[in-house]
Order: sequence, then C-alpha cells, then structure tokens
Amino acid sequence: MANLIELSAVETAAAVASGQASAVEVAQAHLDRIAAVDGDVKAFLHVDTEGALSAARAVDEAKADGQPLGPLAGVPLAMKDVVVTKGIPTTSGSKILQGWIPPYDATVTRLVKQAGIVMLGKTNMDEFAMGSSTENSAYHPTHNPWDLSRVPGGSSGGSSAAVAAFQAPLSIGTDTGGSIRQPAAVTGIVGHKPTYGAVSRYGLIAFSSSLDQAGPFGRTVADTALLFDVLHGHDPLDSTSIPNVRLAAAAAAAEGAAGDLRGVRVGIVSELTGANGGYQQGVLDRFREAVDTLAGLGAEIVDLSCPHFDYALAAYYLIAPSECSSNLARFDSVRYGLRVGDDGQRSLEEVMSLTREAGFGAEVKRRIMIGTYALSSGYYEAYYGQAQKVRTLISRDFAAAFEQADVLVSPTSPFVAFGIGERVDDPMAMYVNDLCTLPASLAGTPAISVPCGLSSETGPALPVGLQIMAPALADERCFRVGAAFEAAYNAANGPIFKAIPSLGDAR
Amino acid sequence: MSDERPAITRDEVAHLANLARLAVSEEELDLFAGQLEVILGSVARIGEVAAADIAPTSHAVRLENVLRPDEVVASLPREAVLAAAPSVEDDRFRVPRILGEEE
Repeated sequence: MANLIELSAVETAAAVASGQASAVEVAQAHLDRIAAVDGDVKAFLHVDTEGALSAARAVDEAKADGQPLGPLAGVPLAMKDVVVTKGIPTTSGSKILQGWIPPYDATVTRLVKQAGIVMLGKTNMDEFAMGSSTENSAYHPTHNPWDLSRVPGGSSGGSSAAVAAFQAPLSIGTDTGGSIRQPAAVTGIVGHKPTYGAVSRYGLIAFSSSLDQAGPFGRTVADTALLFDVLHGHDPLDSTSIPNVRLAAAAAAAEGAAGDLRGVRVGIVSELTGANGGYQQGVLDRFREAVDTLAGLGAEIVDLSCPHFDYALAAYYLIAPSECSSNLARFDSVRYGLRVGDDGQRSLEEVMSLTREAGFGAEVKRRIMIGTYALSSGYYEAYYGQAQKVRTLISRDFAAAFEQADVLVSPTSPFVAFGIGERVDDPMAMYVNDLCTLPASLAGTPAISVPCGLSSETGPALPVGLQIMAPALADERCFRVGAAFEAAYNAANGPIFKAIPSLGDAR
Repeated sequence: MSDERPAITRDEVAHLANLARLAVSEEELDLFAGQLEVILGSVARIGEVAAADIAPTSHAVRLENVLRPDEVVASLPREAVLAAAPSVEDDRFRVPRILGEEE
C-alpha cells in the first residue's frame, strides 16, 4: 500500500474492506504520524494508543468473521475534546476539568464507535469552545501545519490541524459561531456545520445550547459527507434533536462531483463581501474566482441583500455569552472537576468562587461576565431580548434570500490564518473572525466551508475557504455544490491539501 | 458611538464577578473593566435595530414538548458518578458548609 496517511477516508475504508491494508496497520500509521509531527503541531490533548489499536483490531476481526463493514469502518478519526468519551480524559480545553474521566459516551461518540471508526484521541480547542484561534486552550496553543507560527483557527483548531497535517483523515468539531467552518478554511480542509438539531448534542459539554452543533471535518467533500451521514439522526436523549431526519450527504456529494450545476441558483450576500472593508484582498479575490467557477459549472449567480446580517456579530456576542453564563454555572466544585480552597472553614460560595477563578481562563471569565450583565435586571430587554429579536430578523433575511437562491455563498472568514499571539490582547479583533459564519449559526441553518485557493497576502501561501449556506435541513445542497466546486478546482489546480509544506521527514 | 458606551467601572466588574461566582484579582478588575466596556460598546449597536413588534427567537428550531414513555431505566452506577467528585464522604458528594456562623 502507498503511504496510508495520505489516503482519503473513502480510500482507507476501501483498502480495509478489500484487505489491502488492515485497520491495525492504518491506525498504527496514523499513530506514528502523530508521534512524528504532533510535537510541532500540538493538535492533540490526549492520544489513546491502546483504545485506537483495540478498536482497529475489532474491525479486522469483524472482517475476518465475514461480518459486513460500514462505509467508514477502520478509518481513523480525531475527536474534539468538548465531546464526552467514556473512560478517556475530557477537558473541553479547560483546567477546571483537568483529569476528568467521563462515566458515559456522547451520542456522537457512540455513533462513531458503532460505525467501526477508530478514534485516535482528543483534540485541542479554545477553552469551552470560546475563541477563533485555539489560543484560549488552558493547555497549549495548536500550530497551523501550513505555517507553524500561525493559528489553526478555532475553536476546533486541534481537529482542523490534525486533518490538515495528515494525523487523521477525519475529525469532529463543534460549531457555535463558526468553530468548524473557520478552522477548516484556514487549514485548507472541508468542514460542515449541520442544521441545528440534525446531530445530537447529548454529551457535548454545553457552551451556548441554542447554537452548539457538532459536525465533520475531512480533506475532501466526499469524506466529510460520509462522516455527516454517520453522525446525524434523531436522538431521544437530546430534546432539540429534530425527529425523522435522514439525509443522504454522500449521495449528494457524488452527484455534485459530476460537475453539473445547471439550474442551481447561487446567491451572493452583499453584506458578506467586504463592501465596508475589513476583508483581506486575497480572500476577496479567491472568493470572486470561486463564484466564476460556480458560474462556469452552469450555476445562475444572483446578487442579493440580507440587511440584518450586519447585526449578527452584536446579536451573537450577547446570546452566546448569556447562554454560557448559565451553562457554566454547573462548574460549582461539587460533582466533578476542580475544587480550590476547601479548608473546612470556607463556605461553599467562597470555595466555588475560588475554584472558578482558578479553573477558568480570561476569555471564559469575560464571556460569563458579559452574559451576567446582559441577563441582569434592567439590561435584559435592551441586550438579550433585543438580540433574540434580531435573531428573528436574520432568519427572515435568510428565508427571503432562499426565495431567490438555492444556496448562498461568501468567504468563510475575512482573513487567512494569523500569527499566534497577534490578536489575543484585543477580544473584538478576535471576534470579527466569525463575521461570515455567525448568520447561519443564529438561524440554525447548515453551512460548509470548502477550500477555494491560496493567498500570499500576509506572507506564505495560506488557504482561503468558500462558505456555502443552505436552508434548514437542506445540508445535501452544501455537499452537492461543495463537491462540484471541489472537482472543478482540483481539475484546474490540484487539491489544496496536497500543497501543504512538508512537516519534517515523516511525510 | 463611544459616548453611548456603557461605562463599566471596577466596582461594576466586581459586582458582576460576585454574581458569577468568580473571585477575580485586583489586576483582573482593571483589565476586565476596560475590555468589557469595549465589548459592550460594540454590541450596543444591537439597539439600532427597530424591532419593537418582532417576536424573539430563542431557538432556531421550533421547540415542542417531548415526552418519553414513563418507564424506569437504569441510571449511572453510584461509584461511576462519585469517582469524578472532588470530595466524597459516606457515598455522597461532600459539600463545604452552606450557612454562615450567625445563621
């Protein structure tokens, strides 16, 4: 077999199913890759060598027994540390959960295991998924494999870096305001934020419950679609799970890869094209070229406006902190996690305050306090209440736009990957990373990021992402249009993930 | 815009931190006062939107009450749950005192 780490998930599963490679060989090749490069990339918080090899052995034994294998059996995967994994440390990137060994599996974890997917370990993230650079991890920053001095995006930066650096062909992230799409864009891979309610939230450590959604990363649209097909579906353990969801993303990606977009209306949202500045020219150039490519495939390009998208940033940075201030109240030093200052004299309230002060990082504290402010009596209507109304207006803008277009496109992020340390001292400079991804989060609609070229505007050639948004439960459109674009781009330029500079001698 | 910003004083940060059960340090009071003021100033433009007659959205999908059959199902074993607790006594979570001396 050629280098196992360079195979796509589809190719890996085929190699395992046909006996060209065993699942154990595939897992070992990726564990070796992690050992070789993760000292530089730092994508992982925990590598589960034994668990991975044992899951791989189970796949090989099932095959030897003649049992049918699922479409991703034997394919390695990296799991974001916000997803609860029984018996495997889970921290959500926070010191307050250091050393916590969960007594149960998230639904997402259970589905991954049932599919015969081999989980390699847990990936780094901004603490409690709050951030766009993974610098808010309480443990260490993750380095972008395209340029180790830069961030891999966030909050799912460990998951994006692991896939870009060939440590795993697949990974799982969560997206509350852009935390799958923006890291995918800045590391040159594919990431999909599903329709809210399509993937179970049971066992995700909650940040902002009305926005959080888990989803897949891969190096190709087809791989990402296959993982989405495994992850989505109704879950009685999540009260916001949508009943009877059964989508066929892999089939939609295969249809798209044929490259025919005739009859598909692609909307360009004028509010997300940098008309008021703030977007890098290299990002805007790649976006315009991507639109031309879509037009070349037969798509009809429609210019439209979603006026309330201009208020998405303000609405998001009121709603998400408000929900987090409530969700994170559970870290009370009683049932799990850290306890500080319990000397037998101090009260519960004092111990709780000392524990939360010691266990939470600066960004988490900022957001809890913003949320506490926005929800407090006298400010509630002006802040949280108004933000919820703006959320309604953003959903109406989407509904009107989807009357005129089947999908909407924009750059995924206004910038390419920035330097580690460059934006940490200015919270607002960090927040504008999410400018293009926030509207779909607030509306609960699906959106994918697909690589659409490289920009050398800030130094080395770095990836740019194309965001494709669809109406609720029309995730298949994201995969169809994404695969069509990817096929056309690759035919002309070759896959972007292959242009990544070599990391050491391992590859 | 800047004159519309809510002024966040050190005292207000201390009040918010107390409500949120965060024993913030003196240095943090200074740091957060400035940062919270900038953030709240930026999000204050939410008030520009005329939305008086607009219904609020609390969730992207319409929520309906979901009931499961009223059947007894196993919960996590006690040992598994207590294993993660910072302090355990007599098979229970041990909690610091919850009342003051004078109460």
